Amino acid sequence: MISFIAQRIAKAIVVLLALVVMNFFLIRMAPGDPAVVMAGEAGAGDQLFIAQLREKFGLDQPLPVQLFLYVKGIVSLDLGFSFRQQMPVSKLILDRLPATLLLTGTAFAISLAFGILFGALAARFAGTWADTAITIAALIFYATPLFWVALMAILLFSVTMDWLPSFGYETVGAGYTGLAHVLDVAAHLILPATTIGLFFMATYARMTRASMLEVSRLDFVKTARAKGLSDAVIQRRHVLRNALLPVVTLAGLQAGTLVGGAVLTETVFAWPGIGRLMYEALLQRDYNLLLGVFVVCSAMVLAFNLITDLVYRSVDPRIEFAA
Amino acid sequence: MTVVVKNLKLALPPGGDRAHAVDDVSFDLTAGKILCVVGESGSGKSMCAHALMGLLPDTVTAESGEILFEGKNLLSLSPAEWLAFRGRGIAMVFQEPMTALNPLMRIGEQIAEMFEAHGLLTPKERQQKALALIREVGLPDPERAVRAYPHQLSGGQRQRAMIAMALALEPTVLVADEPTTALDVTTQAQILKLIRDLQRRRNMAVMFITHDFGVVAEIADRVVVLQHGKVVEQGTADDVLLRAQHPYTRALLAAVPTLQPPPRTPLPDRSKAVEVIGLGKTYVSGGGWFRSERRVQAAKDVSFDIFRGETLGLVGESGSGKSSVARLVMRLIEADAGTVRIGDVDLTRIGGKALREQRRRIQMVFQDPFASLNPRRKVGNIITDGPIAHGVKPATARKRAGELLSLVGLNASAMERFPHEFSGGQRQRIGIARALALDPEILVADEAVSALDVSVQAQVLDLLEDLKARLGLSMLFITHDLRVAAQICDRIAVMQQGAIVELKSASLLFAAPEHAYTRELLSAVPGQTSSSKAA
Repeated sequence: MISFIAQRIAKAIVVLLALVVMNFFLIRMAPGDPAVVMAGEAGAGDQLFIAQLREKFGLDQPLPVQLFLYVKGIVSLDLGFSFRQQMPVSKLILDRLPATLLLTGTAFAISLAFGILFGALAARFAGTWADTAITIAALIFYATPLFWVALMAILLFSVTMDWLPSFGYETVGAGYTGLAHVLDVAAHLILPATTIGLFFMATYARMTRASMLEVSRLDFVKTARAKGLSDAVIQRRHVLRNALLPVVTLAGLQAGTLVGGAVLTETVFAWPGIGRLMYEALLQRDYNLLLGVFVVCSAMVLAFNLITDLVYRSVDPRIEFAA
Repeated sequence: MTVVVKNLKLALPPGGDRAHAVDDVSFDLTAGKILCVVGESGSGKSMCAHALMGLLPDTVTAESGEILFEGKNLLSLSPAEWLAFRGRGIAMVFQEPMTALNPLMRIGEQIAEMFEAHGLLTPKERQQKALALIREVGLPDPERAVRAYPHQLSGGQRQRAMIAMALALEPTVLVADEPTTALDVTTQAQILKLIRDLQRRRNMAVMFITHDFGVVAEIADRVVVLQHGKVVEQGTADDVLLRAQHPYTRALLAAVPTLQPPPRTPLPDRSKAVEVIGLGKTYVSGGGWFRSERRVQAAKDVSFDIFRGETLGLVGESGSGKSSVARLVMRLIEADAGTVRIGDVDLTRIGGKALREQRRRIQMVFQDPFASLNPRRKVGNIITDGPIAHGVKPATARKRAGELLSLVGLNASAMERFPHEFSGGQRQRIGIARALALDPEILVADEAVSALDVSVQAQVLDLLEDLKARLGLSMLFITHDLRVAAQICDRIAVMQQGAIVELKSASLLFAAPEHAYTRELLSAVPGQTSSSKAA
């Protein structure tokens, strides 16, 4: 097992470096020059100033040299410096990471728990009104664009009913501490987390339902019935456990992308996370910051893939660790 | 009488091809006796078994009749009473040991679940009982077997585990639904012996469902023959096997191939259609930066010839490498070593367009008539795809397809229909027509009759024999069934662990087997004494 993890991490590092190189060139292929953008914002757009900016940030070096310096930095865990924000990229990202992890982690937990629950209910009562209701609701949330759900949720719960705050991470200037602070953040979290969660909940519910119906036709379920086991035990122990295997795969794939995938929701709810940081970096041609966000997101995806494999191996004994 | 089934009538949902799955069926199960219920697919034999367990599909209902268990009618049990009864009064063993066990649970847990379902014993006692049961059914290394997952056991071992599970609560009746059909012949012999030993030791009544008269001869005390849901004949094993009254029973018995190869005329032409020299193939799985690889040798220095107009049999148990050899000969997989010649062409040395052109000379008929035809394409398209790909005009190809369909005994109108509209035997005929559409010189039949009922099997074997003679085909016939091999093969090669251990004419092989493994295979074929008496 240890050697399996070591092997996977070694492979992940190679993949990550390849991604860094690819992103590096992709960004430089895109139109726009950060020095021009910055000079424009500073209101001093003459050639000399732009050349000075280029020299200052190493943009005058040939591309291979820039790449070498960048990769060298990455290897020593230095993500570089954001010219635009005048701060180290890693500090910018670390500042925003907790908010994003809180948001996507909550959304992920909600969607998995309720998705599996509703999916299992729909499968258990397949063909009844409960199944129909769950299936239709899942279809609606699956098909509706996230930002629209977000806007409607703000309209309904913040503007009309005034139950929940419409944007931000906490009430600015309120100076809450302790439990009050936790509750304040929680209140801000509900709308964005639910918005993201609904979509994923719908996918997990549909997946769980389909998978459970498929598993309940298998022979070993008949064996379980022939033992005289009650229906509840059969559903839980024999059907659900086997049915969750594809859900684990799907959830694992999505968990990694959730980190960078909250761009829309974070923007709509003004959530101070990675997604918004990336959005800002993109507008400002902040190469290093953008690359840094990409590196962190890629690392997350790789990490979650590894975690998924480990979870998969622990629930499915048929997959063995190669010695 | 332990169980009395009286005038049982099970209704199928309206709109099917018949109204009753089981129609007015009566039989008894007696303690210490084995009743074999025999019939072809669709005869209703599995439905009878499921009715005894209260496990009928929702769409099937008991219309009339009764199933008396120690005087109580099971058909009137409430759902709660069924829960208490299942596993305790009657326990069941299923056909497919691969899928009948939960892949995510340890064998010991699954056996212990029997006690748990009925609220018996403490968890620790359950584990101890599971271990004792595993010992009783003769699983090797019981302590490890308790902790093993199903995939870590072989097919025969899994079936032993299933039997251990069924025996856990000491049921009065054991229902076994084709428990040896999925097993190799030597494993089958062991499982049959186990079931008989246990039944005698525990004085159980056993209802044994099978389509195989060899198995019937081996194990039955009494026999019930079902056809289309009706009992056509019932009696002691000797009465049914030796003095069958009903024409259907007689036809079924006559369709069972004997182990005596029919006399064969020597081939006029001794030129080689296929020449296989020193084929080797090793499957390597795993292997990477840090892990060691796992190697399975599927073919070890395999050499044989097939003469023009000859059928060469390749027999052996699962995992012996016979299917790999078939795929190597067709070059569906690449050999590590060796040569395959078709006529004067070396199939292993060509590639690209040249290989694609040669492919039409050697065609395959697959085992599973359900999986080997694309369900979304009409039969006409399935047959003409190959010729059209080789440049035949569509109109010509369709005309030829019609001729081929009548050649294999189907109506040309079959072209416009989809595979699911045909029975298993008909689909296998379509599969043969598809293979013949390219005018091959060699036909590779990979277990081509294994999935078929015995009467259909006999028809398809006749068809293959007839086509071979008419079209001058050579055949590589792969089978695990020595009876089938005896009937259709001129020469037979016995494979074990990737190597051919014996290769000689069919008559010689059955009369004087030399290799120890060949002798073991031959002696494991069920029903040898009785069926030869019957024949």
